[in-house]
Amino acid sequence: MAEIRIENLRKEFGAFSAVEDSSFVVRDGEFLALLGPSGCGKTTTLRMIAGLELPTSGKIFLGGEDVTFNRARERDIAFVFQLFALYPHMNVRKNIAFPLLAQGVAKAEIRARVEETAKLLQIDHILDRSVSGLAGGDRQRVALGRAIVRRPKCFLMDEPLGTLDAEFRDLMVRELRELHNRIRATTVYVTHDQLEAMAMADKIAVMNHGIIEQFGTPQEIYNRPATMYVADFIGSPPMNFLRFTAGLQKGARSVVVDGVDISVPEVHLDLAESELALGVRPEDISFSDVSPLRGAVFGSEYHGTNQIVAVEMGKGLVKARVPADQNFHIGETVGLELNYDRLSLFDCKSGRAVPSSRYAEHHHG
Amino acid sequence: MSSINTAHSVVEPSRTSKRIAATIVIAYAVITMIPLAWIVLTSFKSPPDSISYPPKIVFQPTLEGYCNLFTTRTRQTSDYIASLGAPTSTCDEITRSRNMVIAGPSNYWPRFQNSLVIAFGSTFLAVSLGTLAAYGFSRFKVPLAEDLLFFILSTRMMPPIAVAIPIYLMYRQLGLSDTALGMILLYTAVNVSLAVWLLKGFIDEIPREYEEAAMIDGYTRMQAFFKVVLPQATTGIAATAIFCLIFAWNEYAFAVLLTSGAAQTAPPFIPTIIGEGGQDWPAVAAGTTIFVVPILVFTILLRKQLLRGITFGAVRK
Ligand SMILES: Nc1ncnc2c1ncn2[C@@H]1O[C@H](COP(=O)(O)OP(=O)(O)OP(=O)(O)O)[C@@H](O)[C@H]1O
Ligand SMILES: [Mg+2]
Repeated sequence: MAEIRIENLRKEFGAFSAVEDSSFVVRDGEFLALLGPSGCGKTTTLRMIAGLELPTSGKIFLGGEDVTFNRARERDIAFVFQLFALYPHMNVRKNIAFPLLAQGVAKAEIRARVEETAKLLQIDHILDRSVSGLAGGDRQRVALGRAIVRRPKCFLMDEPLGTLDAEFRDLMVRELRELHNRIRATTVYVTHDQLEAMAMADKIAVMNHGIIEQFGTPQEIYNRPATMYVADFIGSPPMNFLRFTAGLQKGARSVVVDGVDISVPEVHLDLAESELALGVRPEDISFSDVSPLRGAVFGSEYHGTNQIVAVEMGKGLVKARVPADQNFHIGETVGLELNYDRLSLFDCKSGRAVPSSRYAEHHHG
Repeated sequence: MSSINTAHSVVEPSRTSKRIAATIVIAYAVITMIPLAWIVLTSFKSPPDSISYPPKIVFQPTLEGYCNLFTTRTRQTSDYIASLGAPTSTCDEITRSRNMVIAGPSNYWPRFQNSLVIAFGSTFLAVSLGTLAAYGFSRFKVPLAEDLLFFILSTRMMPPIAVAIPIYLMYRQLGLSDTALGMILLYTAVNVSLAVWLLKGFIDEIPREYEEAAMIDGYTRMQAFFKVVLPQATTGIAATAIFCLIFAWNEYAFAVLLTSGAAQTAPPFIPTIIGEGGQDWPAVAAGTTIFVVPILVFTILLRKQLLRGITFGAVRK
């Protein structure tokens, strides 16, 4: 097992920049989810760590050793591909044993380790089957088996659940996390599904257009999104933005939106007059008749224990998550109460969060 | 369910259209088989039967054609033949009934062996080189790859006879005329372009992830190629091998020009049989029949791959 450290990693394909200046550290035994929309450079980052792609610039360290220019086979990494890449001309047992053969492990030991791995993944009953007839979940497990049988320094997984159907994904998400808890291998897991990332990861790196927008625990990412992009990408429905134009002084504890004074966490920076956005999660909104922040109910979506109510605020819809037992009529005017100490402020131009007491609380690099 | 009374399924072709399709396919097969069948029939006829008009469909089968194919014979007086002891073989008997005796083996068998060596040798070389080249073109950034591929293909655009004279002169200079090595090199050169193109298509369809997985798992690219890519390319390799073999086996123009003795292949030899003692059509037909056998066996052995090969892209999943 080992720590993965990447420093200022960049990758260009011709004039196109797929990964820009990425740096992060995955500590020994940690599970990192690399999260982002399609085409943002997740796979490219993973392939550089694996040694399948040479970075344009930057450095990669595995367990403290600079492996930037090492070949893939010298890195002692396991990779689970999105389409599993099981060898169709070999049966399950041979597929799992394949990496051990390369290392020249003795026959008896190969047998023992393959069987031990198969037991761990509960595929010992299909060891002698051909891989071409396997169901998605079993293929997934065989691919995992081929990765863990080697006991590599770390695991890289590229959307390994991407091709499974929804029901099965939930099961595999749990299984994967349990597996991780048991073997504690440093893991980088690529996904575009925020729920998967939230459910499994110790740390999440949110990527967009080749840039890592934020790196942190799932709680940090959710509660203190560093950019408007992250705030919008995470959460469903995503964070609401109330846009306004104002200048702010260091120490300010309220902002004025549409003529209404709203309390916010203490601002830690002087800001010249500029376009700002107040970010509020749907669950941090409640309805109150006395609140001066008013809007008209546009519609609601019933979710069992709660409901998502959309309110037209004049500048766009704001979505609130409230208990399911409240009744609203479409068009009805309601007052919105915001949970002031959970609000974020963003500079619309840069898209970055404005430093405030909320962001300072648990902040670390 | 039973209340729905459909005359035909929506996805399955109806029986009528199946029948029509079957009729067309069978008719086509019969038409293409007739010449071949006629050759096989002729090979079992006696020389008079083979040229009788109207052609005989029912006749007394004889092995005379095959005897004549494998032997050379001399005409003798009946006195001399009568003075010989009892015939030692069927062929001996047939030959004597025509007032001839067997003088020795003909050149057919050596020519046939030449064909085997040259066709299989050049196919093996062309497919091996083609696989490596196709892999390179498929997986690496080859400078001017497009132009090179076009150039490789363009060697197939002119008729072989257009380059025959320069090659003839070149081969004479190099001492490659009428050698098996020369013919193997020549057929390899012609076939390698076809092999590269066909195989590149197949290898392009094998996901890179397979080799990448192997390389991450500790194998070199060469090992990954042999252990992972090659086994998955067998369909393509088999199909390509058949196409190359058929070309090399049947090639006539270069063979006539460049071989005359030691390295002569069967195709230029077979027509010469006809001159040896009258119009011996059964012997020619016998030579042709035997000549078809290896390619037939090879094709039947690999017919699954060949079928998939022709329709490649469509059925691979
Ligand atoms: N070999 C390549 N040559 C040129 N462009 C490439 C190459 N590989 C990737 N790209 C481009 O780089 C960008 C990032 O690709 P990447 O595969 O890393 O995205 P991703 O985040 O994994 O997306 P997805 O979720 O669709 O898998 C894409 O726009 C892609 O088109
Ligand atoms: Mg990807």
